[in-house]
Amino acid sequence: MKSMTMVQALNDALDVMLERDPDVLTFGQDVGYFGGVFRVTEGLQEKHGLKRCFDAPIAEGGIVATAIGMGAYGLRPVAEIQFADYILPAFDQLVSEAARLRYRSGGEFWSPITIRSPYGGGIFGGQTHSQSPEAIFAHITGLKTVIPSTPYDAKGLLIAAIEDNDPVIVLEPKRLYNGPFDGRSDQPVSGWANHPDGQVPAGYYKVPLGSARIARAGSDVTVLAYGTMVHVALRAAEDQGVDAEVIDLRSIVPLDLEAIISSVQKTGACLIVHEASGYGGFGGELAALVQKHCFYHLEVPVERVTGYDTPYPHAFEWDYFPGAARVGKAMRAIGDAVVTGVSLK
Amino acid sequence: MNSEHSPLSLHVPCPVARPGGAHAFEHLDIPAAGTVARPDALRPENELRDMPYQLIRVLDDAGVPQGDWCPGLSPDTLREGLRAMKLTRAFDDRMFRLHRQGKTSFYMKCRGEEAIGVAQSMALGREDMCFPTYRVMGWLHARGYPLDKMVNQIFSNAADPLRGRQLPILFSARNYGFYSLSGNVGSRIGHAVGWGMASAYRGDNNIALGYIGEGSTAEGDFHEALTFASVYRAPSILCITNNQWAISSFSGIAGGEATTFAAKALAYGIPGLRVDGNDFLAVWAVTQWAAKRARANLGSTLIELFTYRAAGHSTSDDPTKYRPQDEADRWPLGDPVERLSAHLQNIGEWDKQREALLDKQLDEQVRSAVKQGEAIGTLGQSKPPVGEMFEGVFETPDWRLEAQRREVEGEP
Repeated sequence: MKSMTMVQALNDALDVMLERDPDVLTFGQDVGYFGGVFRVTEGLQEKHGLKRCFDAPIAEGGIVATAIGMGAYGLRPVAEIQFADYILPAFDQLVSEAARLRYRSGGEFWSPITIRSPYGGGIFGGQTHSQSPEAIFAHITGLKTVIPSTPYDAKGLLIAAIEDNDPVIVLEPKRLYNGPFDGRSDQPVSGWANHPDGQVPAGYYKVPLGSARIARAGSDVTVLAYGTMVHVALRAAEDQGVDAEVIDLRSIVPLDLEAIISSVQKTGACLIVHEASGYGGFGGELAALVQKHCFYHLEVPVERVTGYDTPYPHAFEWDYFPGAARVGKAMRAIGDAVVTGVSLK
Repeated sequence: MNSEHSPLSLHVPCPVARPGGAHAFEHLDIPAAGTVARPDALRPENELRDMPYQLIRVLDDAGVPQGDWCPGLSPDTLREGLRAMKLTRAFDDRMFRLHRQGKTSFYMKCRGEEAIGVAQSMALGREDMCFPTYRVMGWLHARGYPLDKMVNQIFSNAADPLRGRQLPILFSARNYGFYSLSGNVGSRIGHAVGWGMASAYRGDNNIALGYIGEGSTAEGDFHEALTFASVYRAPSILCITNNQWAISSFSGIAGGEATTFAAKALAYGIPGLRVDGNDFLAVWAVTQWAAKRARANLGSTLIELFTYRAAGHSTSDDPTKYRPQDEADRWPLGDPVERLSAHLQNIGEWDKQREALLDKQLDEQVRSAVKQGEAIGTLGQSKPPVGEMFEGVFETPDWRLEAQRREVEGEP
């Protein structure tokens, strides 16, 4: 076990896989000599050589297309898209090619590629360095979308993604890279060093895709979250004294439906939180699934707390961001409604 | 508007001739066969920069090979090429009729472009991979892909190798070096580059050949693929099939008025060759040249295959609505099948009797394949089991696909 930041854990995952499998290589903008703008690939070119870790042209569609071609040959490329905000030029390649190749070729070709991309706000990145595009990928059948919230999971999920024979998008909550940020923007974030999930085993291990984890066991309300919002939800529960059960989904495709059902059936209440805008967001899918599978267990309506339906505003970042106060308020309201039997407004 | 300057006017390209008018090819600069010298395939790119503006031709109008691009193929190879080209055409004609009879939903013909898929398929190796467009079916015919399997795919019947998932002719045939086709144009040219890079990464010597239409060179995919091909010296031959028409848009809408499509290579620092795409020998020769270069680790070559789409875009298209009716027949570079046949006859290796016999054999071969396909079922008469619809989305279906499959299969 070693204490690591999420950046170090991701770097370690790549290092382990580059060592273990000669078919693994990684490339993207600034990832080679420089080691990536967030340092995730630092030292990998020096250690593993130029052809295992190299810089790519500023052409996201070309990066993903090239990765698909490499995957068809038999390699396991890991491509970095520098910010999830810049993944859209590659959208056609992801949707029309990577996601469908296995299906349309009758299984003759497939796309064992991994696309890593930092996502989410909280770094004063404005609308071009803050977005959370997970819902648009979740909507595309054939793509898997993974979102870690701790260094331990980041390493295990990235290794599982690289070994997966389907295309996997790993969205890395960049606000969590250096510490378990809980939404309190006015306070310095504590690092990962003292966090139990900042302890990362050496070498190879996997966190299977499609397995949620219980970040906090509780009985009052189930909170469904992923990425940064897991830590915000934990903070909100603490602040409000609500005995919330916080489920960290870890991957939204495949989704651990069983974990969701068993928790909501136990608590009888469900709060969904994500940083992305609410309308058409992944929370809507979660709400529909909870309604379908847990309707007779629900004591109050399913509630969502999300980013507002605006672009991510630079000056109003913390107004947009669904922080612990907003999440806590929703938790309280659910708690009160359960106690009084009054439905939420 | 500033009155110091004269008003601007917007240029919208228009083809020289439209329906009702006669064909007009005077604007095309078509040199005589054999006039373009063949540089050594290992020459540095900066010594090849005049190549994209020329037109490499081997067979002259009388079917006689000219100049140093002549690949010197054996009569057996030439006859094999002719057979595959004629098979491509015979198969297309039969499938087109089956579409008109309602036996399938859609079809696209390769007419006029048969030399391309066939010559390139024969010139490259079994371990190489082609990233096709939908008009290079000759690649498969040259490699003996079973016709009945093709028919089954076109009928989306129970024996369809693609399990009823794809439009007719959007094949995939990995064992024949034929990558999965898609109806999205241009989106696989970058895959050809990545595939070639992977071969180089592994230290193999396989090369990729990617196709794109001249219309689709306008897509960002094309330019990104050329950037990657250039940057990483990918062993990938990138081919632009310039068949003059992208559905109803003439090549000028893709930039063809301003320069040649082969010249797009110049800005990327890779060689660009422009070749008579209706000349089996010339297509073979340039492919061999580019393959030699790629296998010598000198990277990609861009090839413009200058040809003409003699049929409509698809069964849904009527080209008489946008181009002169006689344009296809008057194409100055002729018909690729007739030209190769004339060449073989010139060298005394072919004659009308043998050609008639071959036509009869091919017709029987196609009829027999269609019969086999029809016995299984035409479109809608026969399908793979519906539950298979949920397979292959992921390597292993997740819970929602399993539940949806149970729903469709009618299980409780």
